[in-house]
Amino acid sequence: MNILKQLEEEAIYIIREVVGQFNKPALLFSGGKDSIVLLHLCYKAFLPARIPFPLVHIDTGHNFPETLTLRDKLIKQYNVKLHVGLVQDSIDQGKVAEEKGHFASRNSLQTATLLETISNLKLDACMGGARRDEEKARAKERVFSVRDDFGQWNEKLQRPELFDHLNGAIHPGENIRAFPISNWTELDVWEYIRQEKLEIPTIYYAHKRAVFKREGQFMPVTKFHQIDPDQIEVQSVRFRTVGDMSCTAAVLSEAEELDVIIEEIRTSTYSERGARMDDKRSEGAMEERKKIGYF
Amino acid sequence: MDLLRIATAGSVDDGKSTLIGRLLYETGSLKEDQLEHIEKKSASNGLDHLDFSLATDGLLTEREQGITIDVSHLYFKTKKRRFIIADSPGHIEYTRNMVTGTSNSDTTLLLLDARKGVIEQTKRHFYITQLLGIKKIIFAINKMDLVAYAQKTFDQIKEDIAQLIRSQNTKGLTVFYIPLSALKGDNLLLKSTKMRWYTGKTLFDVIENISVNEPPSKENVLQVQTVIRPKLDAYHDYRGFAGKVKSGSFSVGDAIEIFPSGTKTKIKSIEQYGINQEQVNQGENATLLLEDEVNISRGDSLFTPSHSIEATKTINAKVCWMQDKALQVENKYLLQFGSKKSLAKVAAVDERIDISGGGSENTAALELNDIGIASFQLAHTIQSIPYQKNKNLGSFIIIDIQTNNTAGVGFIE
Repeated sequence: MNILKQLEEEAIYIIREVVGQFNKPALLFSGGKDSIVLLHLCYKAFLPARIPFPLVHIDTGHNFPETLTLRDKLIKQYNVKLHVGLVQDSIDQGKVAEEKGHFASRNSLQTATLLETISNLKLDACMGGARRDEEKARAKERVFSVRDDFGQWNEKLQRPELFDHLNGAIHPGENIRAFPISNWTELDVWEYIRQEKLEIPTIYYAHKRAVFKREGQFMPVTKFHQIDPDQIEVQSVRFRTVGDMSCTAAVLSEAEELDVIIEEIRTSTYSERGARMDDKRSEGAMEERKKIGYF
Repeated sequence: MDLLRIATAGSVDDGKSTLIGRLLYETGSLKEDQLEHIEKKSASNGLDHLDFSLATDGLLTEREQGITIDVSHLYFKTKKRRFIIADSPGHIEYTRNMVTGTSNSDTTLLLLDARKGVIEQTKRHFYITQLLGIKKIIFAINKMDLVAYAQKTFDQIKEDIAQLIRSQNTKGLTVFYIPLSALKGDNLLLKSTKMRWYTGKTLFDVIENISVNEPPSKENVLQVQTVIRPKLDAYHDYRGFAGKVKSGSFSVGDAIEIFPSGTKTKIKSIEQYGINQEQVNQGENATLLLEDEVNISRGDSLFTPSHSIEATKTINAKVCWMQDKALQVENKYLLQFGSKKSLAKVAAVDERIDISGGGSENTAALELNDIGIASFQLAHTIQSIPYQKNKNLGSFIIIDIQTNNTAGVGFIE
């Protein structure tokens, strides 16, 4: 078995365990490449039946429009149900407050909406496309990660995971996050996209875009940023990760084709999440967000 | 290109995180932004060299205390191979992490401090590799820079390890001994110029070339995870039994039996993700369609009858205990064998094994990090085969029914 096949087998085994062990699972779908790969794996896992659970998208209201367009197309294509949790609703209901200032982002606000959506839909398992090679705190994440009533992750109480015996036993009110592509690297995801000919949002490919520089990174110009017009420039860029528009930086690139992008990533000297401002806030930014219920 | 899964083991301060950080660095797996972070952090900690352990110690608490407290997974590659390292910490109280890391690995990289040589922890770690049936072990004698790169020190440690191996019943074990300095980079990628007396392979040489392919197991078992029944007109009578080929292989036309019902039938067709296959092999997922209409649910097995597999309600197992609340006679737990679960009562705790000395003592309970022998009375019949005979079928986890935590792991005797 080649590595991609091994990783696919491992992921589909995990997806089937989620469906076998839980009553109300769902797939957390961001519209990014990792969740598109995961969606496709879920589709393969239950062929010729339909995917037996819905997708959940936590919409910050700051999404790239290209991501939403493709999301809606994929919903039809894979014939799955979609639930959208709106961060704007959480803000309007006064459950969270918009961050202020230059670096304001809705990224961390997602957590409240996510937890509320899980509770409203009574989900007991949420699958996500997180990978251990992304970030140091994620390197310690389990395949089945138990969250308490408050959605909290306790790194000291993680269950040991032995062989392929995945322990999904939980108490009422608890739920698990499951990560079928834990062992995939960024390059594996790209190569799988190529192998399976998956459609991904166009912003992953090089395109001309108005950007401005912040801390050495090119940020997309959006109505959510306060930008001095003099700072705006047009560059050929692509996005390496697709998160909230307010905190995702672009990389300069001319790569308009998948093969070229894969080659760029293979030889890149910067890490994938190096372009995520949300991770750069502090030493343990990801760990702290995970503890309170982030993906 | 293939994938090698390596588990690490070693005591606190043996320099394991530094070694792994170095492996990431030497293979170019640390990107510029990560490297910048390490440079800044090392400088602000007042070091005159790069502290590569910063690359792996992921949690804030760990970085505060300078120790590794949980299994961390790291990814790197060379031109020849891809690697996943499960970095298990070295504290005595974290033996469970090493068992966990090792359970999903092909080989173990066991670190020793050249100044200390074989210590109690080394014996514990070696014992665990053998409990889990690891056939290839790399002994990395680290911190050679602190013993003036002395051949005598290395030879002595090597002899002590060889003696440790001889003292246990090891079959088909291959070991490698490498003197190195993770801090200075000796014998990792390049041969050390300070240890010209060492004519063996560098660490990279070993991990790039080590062969871990074991022949597929003889027993043919597929455990059902889910039954696929499309609610679509075109597939009205479709019943696909989906699961992993845990052991052996299956071909279209094979006569098989269902466990636990005992029903006999034949394989009509095999699908993998909607595509028909003639044969599926160990480790692959498959959806089997059968000749006869049979009642099968999650946790059942499709298998070829074999003398090695026993249907039983009692099992005897080596147990590694992983939680604070002890395993005691009469206690009830949930045992999980892949997708099969059964309640069980502890019928007896036979002995606790002194894994650093080799002896054993009678006990009525197993405490956190103890390894011992216990027997269980199960509520349901399961298929049992000794772990040492079939690593893919012979293990299970023990779940605490009050907390739902994974309380331990068992290896069928």
